[in-house]
Amino acid sequence: MIQAILVFNNHGKPRLVRFYQRFPEEIQQQIVRETFHLVLKRDDNICNFLEGGSLIGGSDYKLIYRHYATLYFVFCVDSSESELGILDLIQVFVETLDKCFENVCELDLIFHMDKVHYILQEVVMGGMVLETNMNEIVAQIEAQNRLEKSEVNRVLLCRPG
Amino acid sequence: MSDIVEKTLTALPGLFLQNQPGGGPAAAKASFSSRLGSLVRGITALTSKHEEEKLIQQELSSLKATVSAPTTTLKMMKECMVRLIYCEMLGYDASFGYIHAIKLAQQGNLLEKRVGYLAVSLFLHESHELLLLLVNTVVKDLQSTNLVEVCMALTVVSQIFPREMIPAVLPLIEDKLQHSKEIIRRKAVLALYKFHLIAPNQVQHIHIKFRKALCDRDVGVMAASLHIYLRMIKENSSGYKDLTGSFVTILKQVVGGKLPVDFNYHILLQVLQKYILLLYLTMILTISAIFIFLSLAILFECVHTVYSIYPKSELLEKAAKCIGKFVLSPKINLKYLGLKALTYVIQQDPTLALQHQMTIIECLDHPDPIIKRETLELLYRITNAQNVTVIVQKMLEYLHQSKEEYVIVNLVGKIADVLVLNTVDTYAPDNAWFIQTMNAVFSVGGDVMHPDIPNNFLRLLAEGFDDETEDQQLRLYAVQSYLTLLDMENVFYPQRFLQVMSWVLGEYSYLLDKETPAEVIAKLYKLLMNDSVSSETKTWLIAAVTKLTPQAHSSDTVERLIHEFTISLDTCMRQHAFELKHLHENVELMKSLLPVDRSCEDLAVDASLSFLDGFVAEGLSQGAAPYKPHHQRQEEKLSQEKVLNFEPYGLSFSSSGFTGRQSPAGISLGSDISGNSAETGLKETNSLKLEGIKKLWGKEGYLPKKESKTGDESGALPIPQESIMENVDQAITKKDQSQVLTQSKEEKEKQLLASSLFVGLGSESTVNLLGKADTVSHKFRRKSKIKEAKSGETSSTHNMTCSSFSSLSNVAYEDDYYLNTLHDRGDKELKTFSLNSELLDSESLTELPLVEKFSNCSLSTPSLFADNSMEIFHPPQSIAASVAKESSLASSFLEETTEYIHSNAMEVCNNETISVSSYKIWKDDCLLMVWSVTNKSGLELKSANLEIFPAENFKVTEQPGCCLPIMEAESTKSFQYSVQIEKPFTEGILSGFISYHMMDTHSAQLEFSVNLSLLDFIRPLKISSEDFGKLWLSFANDVKQNVKMSESQAALSSALKTLQQKLRLHIIEIIGNEGLLACQLLPSIPCLLHCRVYADVLALWFRSSCSTLPDYLLYQCQKVMEGS
Repeated sequence: MIQAILVFNNHGKPRLVRFYQRFPEEIQQQIVRETFHLVLKRDDNICNFLEGGSLIGGSDYKLIYRHYATLYFVFCVDSSESELGILDLIQVFVETLDKCFENVCELDLIFHMDKVHYILQEVVMGGMVLETNMNEIVAQIEAQNRLEKSEVNRVLLCRPG
Repeated sequence: MSDIVEKTLTALPGLFLQNQPGGGPAAAKASFSSRLGSLVRGITALTSKHEEEKLIQQELSSLKATVSAPTTTLKMMKECMVRLIYCEMLGYDASFGYIHAIKLAQQGNLLEKRVGYLAVSLFLHESHELLLLLVNTVVKDLQSTNLVEVCMALTVVSQIFPREMIPAVLPLIEDKLQHSKEIIRRKAVLALYKFHLIAPNQVQHIHIKFRKALCDRDVGVMAASLHIYLRMIKENSSGYKDLTGSFVTILKQVVGGKLPVDFNYHILLQVLQKYILLLYLTMILTISAIFIFLSLAILFECVHTVYSIYPKSELLEKAAKCIGKFVLSPKINLKYLGLKALTYVIQQDPTLALQHQMTIIECLDHPDPIIKRETLELLYRITNAQNVTVIVQKMLEYLHQSKEEYVIVNLVGKIADVLVLNTVDTYAPDNAWFIQTMNAVFSVGGDVMHPDIPNNFLRLLAEGFDDETEDQQLRLYAVQSYLTLLDMENVFYPQRFLQVMSWVLGEYSYLLDKETPAEVIAKLYKLLMNDSVSSETKTWLIAAVTKLTPQAHSSDTVERLIHEFTISLDTCMRQHAFELKHLHENVELMKSLLPVDRSCEDLAVDASLSFLDGFVAEGLSQGAAPYKPHHQRQEEKLSQEKVLNFEPYGLSFSSSGFTGRQSPAGISLGSDISGNSAETGLKETNSLKLEGIKKLWGKEGYLPKKESKTGDESGALPIPQESIMENVDQAITKKDQSQVLTQSKEEKEKQLLASSLFVGLGSESTVNLLGKADTVSHKFRRKSKIKEAKSGETSSTHNMTCSSFSSLSNVAYEDDYYLNTLHDRGDKELKTFSLNSELLDSESLTELPLVEKFSNCSLSTPSLFADNSMEIFHPPQSIAASVAKESSLASSFLEETTEYIHSNAMEVCNNETISVSSYKIWKDDCLLMVWSVTNKSGLELKSANLEIFPAENFKVTEQPGCCLPIMEAESTKSFQYSVQIEKPFTEGILSGFISYHMMDTHSAQLEFSVNLSLLDFIRPLKISSEDFGKLWLSFANDVKQNVKMSESQAALSSALKTLQQKLRLHIIEIIGNEGLLACQLLPSIPCLLHCRVYADVLALWFRSSCSTLPDYLLYQCQKVMEGS
C-alpha cells in the first residue's frame, strides 16, 4: 500500500501532499521536511530507493523517488509494493501530468493543484494503485473536463442576455 | 518524454525571479489573475519564514470572513476551498473551513462537489466527527445515475469513511460490483478492500463477490481484487488453497502475452508465494519470457518467489542467472535490487555470493550510502567466525560516517547481534578486539540503541564462557579498558555506556592487582559529581561504589559521597546513599552481603513470602481483613453498587482457619494467601532485571552466603567447531594466477578484502581468490544458559507452597459454574472424589466440604493426564507431605488444568524425532495454551526450547519451565503460555517454533501455528438482572441484528442454550420471549446481549463498553446459529 505521495521542489516547498494514512498536521509537515532532507542529499546518479525514515512506520517502509528538474516526486510505500513498479508509476504520473497540462511545469502544479489532485485520484485511490495505463487515465480526466466545459456553457446560456 | 518535462521545469526558476506573466505556459498565465495566483505570487516574493507566516495568517482571516459570510456563492466558495487546501499544504491550520468543505460537497453542483470532496478528503481523517455529516451525501451520490458522481463518491469512500457508518453504504457498493462500467467496478472493489482493512468482519459475507471480481472480464478489476486476496491470504493461508488454480491461470495468461503486463501482478506473485504447489513450470516460463522494463519488477518478484517456494535445482539455476543480471547491471536501481535479492538467497545458497564477490566489494565502496547499507546487510547475513573482524570493521566505518538515528540503531543492533546476542556462541576472535569493538559500539550507539544490548553484554561478561581463566582475562581487560577511558579528560560518553562501565567496575575491579578499590571509587566519585550524568546513571554508579566499599578499607571518598548524597534532592539517590551509610557502619555485614564475584548466582526468591506468615497471622488475629487478590477486589468494587446481595455467600473458610493456628511449622492458609499476593506481584515485576542482585533474603529470612549453583551445570555441551574445509577449486586458482599477473595493486587489495570477507562460506566449492585464508581460532563459546531458570525457580517455590492446597480448597466455589455447564452437557465424564476430613491434619481446618472435582479428560487427551491424574488425589497424608516438601512443575500444572475445561489435544507439527500437540485451557482469567512435546526418538534431546512469535493482537506470557535442558528419550514435556487478548478480532494465529539439539549436536527447528478464535477469550459474566439493567444503560456501543433460527431451535430456551454452550454466554434471565445474557472479554470487557423471539426470527441486541466487541460477537452468534 502507498502511505503517502509527496511532491516538493528543490527548496523543499511542498507542491502536492497526499497522505493515505492519518497523521497529525505537525507530523505531516515534519515528514515532508525530513523526506526533503533525506532526498536532497542524494546525487542524481545514485539509486532511487531509500529505506526507513524513522517517521513513517520504520523499517517496513521505503521511499521511492524521482527527480525531475525542479521537482521531487516521492512515494512512501510499504513492503508489499514493488520498487520498480512504483518507479514506473511515478513516470506514468508525470507523463500524465505532462499530457494534461501540455508541457507541465512547477507553476502548473501550484496554480492547478486541484486538477493535479484529480489526476492523482485516477492513478492512486485510497493508497491502492488504480490505473497504470496512461491513456485510460487521460480519458477519465478528459471526461471530467468535458463535464466542466458543459457546466460553464450551461451557466453562460442561463445568463439572461 | 521526461526530457521535455525537464526542459520546461528548468525554465521555471528564472520565471519566478522575473515574475513575468508572459513567460509561463498558457495555463499558468490565465490563473495569475485568480486570487490563488496572487497569494502564491505574494508568498514567492517573500524572503523569510516569518513574513510568510504573517501573509498566510492574513489570508486565512480574510478567507474566514468570506466563507462564513452568507452572501458567498458556491462558486466563490469553490475558489476559497482551493486556497484553503493550499494553506493547509503549507502547514497552516484552516480548521474553520472544514464544515464549509462538507457543505460544498453536499450542496454544490458537480464541479463544486468535486472540490468539496477533495477538500474533505484532504482535511479530515477517518475518525473526525464532522465526517458523519458527509454520509448522507455519499449515499445520495452512490445512487446517482451520473457516472462521475458515483466515481467521486467511491473515491471519497475509499479515502476516508467512518467505520461505524459502513453498513449504510455497504449494500450500495456491493451493487456497484455488478455495474456495467469497468471503472466503477474497479473502484468498488478497492473501496471494499478499504472496508476490509478497517472492519474485516463487516465485509465477511461478500467474499463470494470478491471471487467474482477475481474472474472479472476486465483486467483492471481482476488486478484490483488481488489486493484483497493478498491481505486475506496473509491472514489465513489455508483458507484459499482452492484459488491457486485461478492465480496460476492468470499468471500463465500474463506470461503468454494474453494480458497486458500490468502493475499489480507483483502482488499476484506475492499471493502465489504462499502456495508452493506446482508452479515450477510456470515460473520457468515466466523468468525466461519477461525482459522489458516494468516486467523487471515482476522478474524480481519471480526470483523472490523461486527462493521462497520449495527449491528445485533447475529453477534455482535460472533464478541465479537472473540475480546475476540484476547485480551486474550498470543501472544503479537494478543493482540495488540485485543486492536485495542476494540478501534473500544468501543463506540458502552461499555459493551465489561467492560468484558475485567482486561486485559486492565494489558496492561496499559505492558512493551511494543506500547501496552500501544494503551490502552491509548482505555481509551481516554471511558473518561467521572467520570474517567477523573485517565485516564488523566495515560496519563500524559506516557507522562513524552516518548521522541518521535510524541507521545507527539498526546497524548497532546488527553488530551487537553478531557479537553478543548470538545465543550459542559469539564470533569474536579475542578479548581485546571484543571489548574494543563493544566500546566503539557503545560510544556511537549510545542512548539510542536497544536496551537489550547492554543487558546482554553484561550477562555475557558475568556468565562467561567455558574457560574460567579466559573469563577472568576478559573481565580484567574490560576493567582496564574502562579505567583508561575514564582517565581521559573532557570526553563525554553516552549514559548507557557509563552504566555498563559502572557495573563492570563494581563487579570486577577486584581482579586488578595494582589499582586499589579506593582509586576506582575515586574515579566513580568524579563521575558522580559530574552534572552531565543522568540520575539513572548515578544510581548505577552508587551501586558500583557500594559494591566496592567493603573491599576498600576505610575510604574518605565514600564518607564524602555519603555526606554529599544523603542530602540529595533526588529521593532515589538519597535512599541509596542511606543504604550505603548504614552498611558502611557494619563492614562485616557488608562483606557478607556483597560477596565478590557472585553476580550470576541464581536467586531463590521466596515468592510466597512465607517468612511473613507469623506477621500475617498476628494481624488477622487482631481483626485485620484478610488480603484479597487484585481480581477479587475488582469484582467487589463492581458489585458494591448493589444494595442487596441476592447471591448466596461464598464459603467463608479463611477466618475460621486462621484463628486456630499460628504455628509456623505447618502449612498455613496464611501462606496460601500471601502466596496469592506474591503471584500478582510476580506478574507485575516480571520485567525486573534480576542480574547483578545478590540473593539476600530467603525463606528463612536473611541468607548469609550460600553456595547454590543449580542451573549452571546443566548447560548443554558446546557444539564442536565445524571443521572448515579449505578446498580450493583448482581451476579457479589457475585462472586467478593468470589474472594476478595483470592485476593492479588496487585490485589486489580488493581481492584480499574479498577473500577475508568470504572465507568460510560454502564448504566444498569455496572460491578463494588468493588461495589462502587465516583460520582464526574460535575461542568464545557461550554456555547455553537457561534464561528462565530464575523465574522458573521462584515460581516453583510459589507453586510448592500454595498450588495443590489452593486447588483443593478453591475447587468448591470456583468450579460451581462449570459444574452447571457440565451438568448441562451431560456428555462429559464426571468423577467424584470425596476427601475425608483428615485431609489437613487436626490443627487446621477440621472440616472440608465434599469436593467434587471434574476431569473431562476424554480418551483422546494425551497420556500425560491419564498417567498422572492420580497424583493430584494422593491420600491425604501424602498431600500434606507433598505440599510441604516437593511439588514438581508437572503436578502443579496438572492440578491447574483439571480445574478448567480444556480442548482436545491437536497435533500441530511433527517430524521423525518429535511431535508437538497443543490444546487450550480456558482459565477464568486467561487462555492457557499448552504445547506438549513428545520425543519420539530413542535419543535424548538437549535444550529443547519453545518460542512463540509476538502477534499483534495477543500478549503472550511464558509460564515457568519453557526451556528444558534435557529431554529424555520417548518422554513428553509440556510448555505453557498464557495468552491475553489486546484488541478484539475474529480469528488470530499464534505461531512459534520449537528448537532442540540432538545428541550429535545437530540442531533442528520446527514451526507450528495455532488458530485462536475470539471465543477463546469470552467468559461468562455472572451478574444479576438489576446489574444488567444498570450496565445496559451505561454502554454506548450497540449492534442489532435479526437472525433466522432453524427448525431445531425454534424455542428461545434452546436457542439460548446453544449460545450458552457454544459461546460461553451466561444466561441471566428468561422473561417470556426475551432473554438476557452477559459475557466478558478477558481481561474485563463486559458485553451484554438482549434477545427477543418473533416467530422464527431471533432479534439480537448487543451492547458493550468496547466499540468493536459487539460486531465480533454478533458474527460469532450468526455463525453458531447457522451452524447448528
